[in-house]
Amino acid sequence: MNPDITAVDHHDDHGPEQGKGFIGFAKRWVFTTNHKDIGTLYLLLALLNFFVAGGMALLMRVELFHPGHRFIDPNFYNQMTTMHGLIMLFGVIMPAFTGMANWQIPMMIGAPDMALPRLNNWSFWILPFAFLLLLSTMIQAGGGPNFGWTMYAPLSTKYAPPSTDFMIFSVHMMGISSIMGSINIVATILNMRAPGMTMMKLPMFCWTWLVTAFLLIAIMPVLAGAVTMMLADRHFGTSFFDAAGGGDPILFQHIFWFFGHPEVYVLVLPAFGVISEVIPTFSRKKLFGYNFMVYATGCIAFLSFIVWAHHMFTTGIPLGAELFFMYATMLISVPTGIKVFNWVSTMFRGSMTFETPMLFAVAFVFMFTFGGFTGLMLSLVPADYQYQDTYFVVAHFHYVLVPGVVFALFAGTYYWLPKWTGHMYNECLGKWHFWLSTISVNILFMPMHFVGLAGMPRRIPDYALQFTNFNMIITVGGFIFGISQLLFAWNVIRTIRGGNKVDARVWEGSHGLEWTLPSPPPYHSFTTPPNVH
Amino acid sequence: MLRKLQLSKALFIVFCLVSCNVVFAEADSWQLNMFKGVTPVSRDIYNLHMIAMLVCAIIGFVVFGIMIYTLVHHRKSKGYQAARFHDNTRLEIVWTIIPFLILLGLAFPATRTLIRLDNVERSEVTVKIVGSQWKWEYYYLDEGVHFFSNLSTPYAQIQNKKTKDKNYLLSVDNEVVVPIERKIRFLVTSADVIHSWWVPELGIKRDAMPGFMYEAWARIEKPGVYRGQCTELCGVGHAYMPIVVRAVTMEEYQQWIKQKALEQKTWNEAQINLAGQKTMTRKELMQLGKDKYNMVCAACHQENGLGIPPMYPALKGSSYAVGYPIDRHINIILNGSTGSAMQSYSDMLSNEEIAAIVTYERNAWENNTNDIVQPIDIAKLRVMGNQKPNVVKKSKVGGLK
Repeated sequence: MNPDITAVDHHDDHGPEQGKGFIGFAKRWVFTTNHKDIGTLYLLLALLNFFVAGGMALLMRVELFHPGHRFIDPNFYNQMTTMHGLIMLFGVIMPAFTGMANWQIPMMIGAPDMALPRLNNWSFWILPFAFLLLLSTMIQAGGGPNFGWTMYAPLSTKYAPPSTDFMIFSVHMMGISSIMGSINIVATILNMRAPGMTMMKLPMFCWTWLVTAFLLIAIMPVLAGAVTMMLADRHFGTSFFDAAGGGDPILFQHIFWFFGHPEVYVLVLPAFGVISEVIPTFSRKKLFGYNFMVYATGCIAFLSFIVWAHHMFTTGIPLGAELFFMYATMLISVPTGIKVFNWVSTMFRGSMTFETPMLFAVAFVFMFTFGGFTGLMLSLVPADYQYQDTYFVVAHFHYVLVPGVVFALFAGTYYWLPKWTGHMYNECLGKWHFWLSTISVNILFMPMHFVGLAGMPRRIPDYALQFTNFNMIITVGGFIFGISQLLFAWNVIRTIRGGNKVDARVWEGSHGLEWTLPSPPPYHSFTTPPNVH
Repeated sequence: MLRKLQLSKALFIVFCLVSCNVVFAEADSWQLNMFKGVTPVSRDIYNLHMIAMLVCAIIGFVVFGIMIYTLVHHRKSKGYQAARFHDNTRLEIVWTIIPFLILLGLAFPATRTLIRLDNVERSEVTVKIVGSQWKWEYYYLDEGVHFFSNLSTPYAQIQNKKTKDKNYLLSVDNEVVVPIERKIRFLVTSADVIHSWWVPELGIKRDAMPGFMYEAWARIEKPGVYRGQCTELCGVGHAYMPIVVRAVTMEEYQQWIKQKALEQKTWNEAQINLAGQKTMTRKELMQLGKDKYNMVCAACHQENGLGIPPMYPALKGSSYAVGYPIDRHINIILNGSTGSAMQSYSDMLSNEEIAAIVTYERNAWENNTNDIVQPIDIAKLRVMGNQKPNVVKKSKVGGLK
């Protein structure tokens, strides 16, 4: 096995020549079927959307800085909550991980490219249009969707602005894109592994993505069904969610959360994968309990399908259902716990160094676990009666998604960026980004627990006076966090444009096929399959 | 040296004690924890919450403790050599079973509380609660009392034109009064979208589902005023539909019921009593109209009358607000408009209020119709609407020949 030799002559190959000037440039990116190009496109789209949806969050925080109506209307505020949620989930986290999957999976399993390159191109190029469509709702008559990303009927059917139809179509497009992307990932991992790369030798990132891809294939049609039923209720005279016509508003919540809960794990499983790659590298020790990590991933995926009603404990579902969903939800903390214990054991008696990716990974373990604790508390039905739909819930899922998933994205980006670009990022800037983010993310989300417990409902543009002091702190934290992300963007752009050259290995403790390729890797990753022992 | 240490120790303890008081006093205004509440249920929930927190804290202490130890000691910079182990099935099984047992320990109190919570037999007072955009409506089913409960925080305070009250956004015009030491059953439903009725100190949160009714119960132990808010996003006015529950003794409660029933009867009669209607001046009408419009109508139709079309039509220049007959304008307020968010306000607003709103809408924002609508006009329409239709037999008018 010596991929370096075969790869060297392709080093400057950037795909087939598509012409000169802007047309050539545009054609190169629009028609590309290369997994690295498409991965880059996904990641850039996610970065852009991160600032768009983050800006929306800051707008909301400005309004919430002080009680009283100040800057934005309640209706606009509701549009912001909806858009922030939809874009952060479908436009930031999912594309970012798909981008990483595109870059990494072929390199990690020793393949030249993804299994279905043209499908890959299509599944990316749907997305920019889906988001343009979604954002266009903001300038339509009646404003954009204003019922939260959960789109609860009948607020989203009978009482929603006309632009909701555009949102529905945009969700369909995102769903098609995700399903195609997932099929591609499944096909790649199952069929394109290098000889000797058995399933139980797959890097964790590939495993978690394989499971995630199956989750996505299972749930995106459910979401599509839910929004199509919404559409039918809005225009075709059906009454799926209207009691007056024999329907039931809770039906919507059941369908939505049957999608929505596995979706949570769609967001978080790839993050687990990234962390499981980063921690062993910087601990200079193999991942502890690989087999159990794989089983735990499968277990989480299975359980994620039978816990959806824990989002609906206050809707009046029967006692038996409440008990079942409570127990099932509590069970999820067992496999998740296994993951955390294994990460800690990987670090235990390792020889650790703390470069930026490792810092983010360690912070991930701390704060994701913290978010897990509040998750366990939320699973207890009686306690959930007090937590449900308050800022406590907002704090919980932001702890899991921001210092959890988004930090994993940062860790993955800093970890693989030198491989992707051939340049080292600026470590000093990276550390600044890390410390500013970690401190501010806690200033931002920690007080939300307190205001939630004290009785502040979520999704309100104005609040009672006793919540003022914490809300001011939250807003300050939010702005520090938001501004520190500019450091990240700057660091990434700088690294893409230049910087110290790195060797193939990049990190002292790195293992795996992707580190056998030169940095940056050749256009077609492994033209001859490497042998894995 | 030793004495110095002793002294600083003592000083440290004193400092801690003093600061402790300050911290706790300060923590009062910065409420950190859940309400303990005033019902057995809310207390159960609080205890469960504290147990869960304690369990999490212990697990966190152990896991984070090991992790921090590792982070401090097992560093390359300290010359620590990495160990080579990477597997231990026994350990994996241990840390699968231990969390499972901890969960069992948590599941027990949770299940017990939940089953107790679900018991709604033998209630002594039943209150039906109907949420609608954006107010609550209460029916005392056995006593026949019914009223609306609207936000009473003045619009000027929301707009920062006046200093905010202590109970900013948490005060209503009609409080729900319930007796203490009695089992109260709340039936919660909605007239339009999903709302959620939450009073933290009662430990009740129930989603109000349009077309379905779900129950919750409370036995309040302490008289007092307990405040809450709608907790399910229900549209533009979601932040503006608070709940205020006043718990009083049984005697006071019965008195209140009597008085409320009487009030309601007088109000209903006054609305259809054609002789007793007040005549108001244009200035009075415009003033009252502006206040009421901003409180009731502005969430949808906006303060500037432009609405959020096409969901909430503009009133400025609207055929209803400037066109004739004026009855059409009044009727849509009295009866609402089916198939839209416009609801019927006939039970909520008095003749004066409707007359004032109509007058205001017909003269504000360049709708210069110069029309003045008096309460009597509203009363007439109400009476007309209340008339029983004349039933005519088909055979008598010759239809069956």
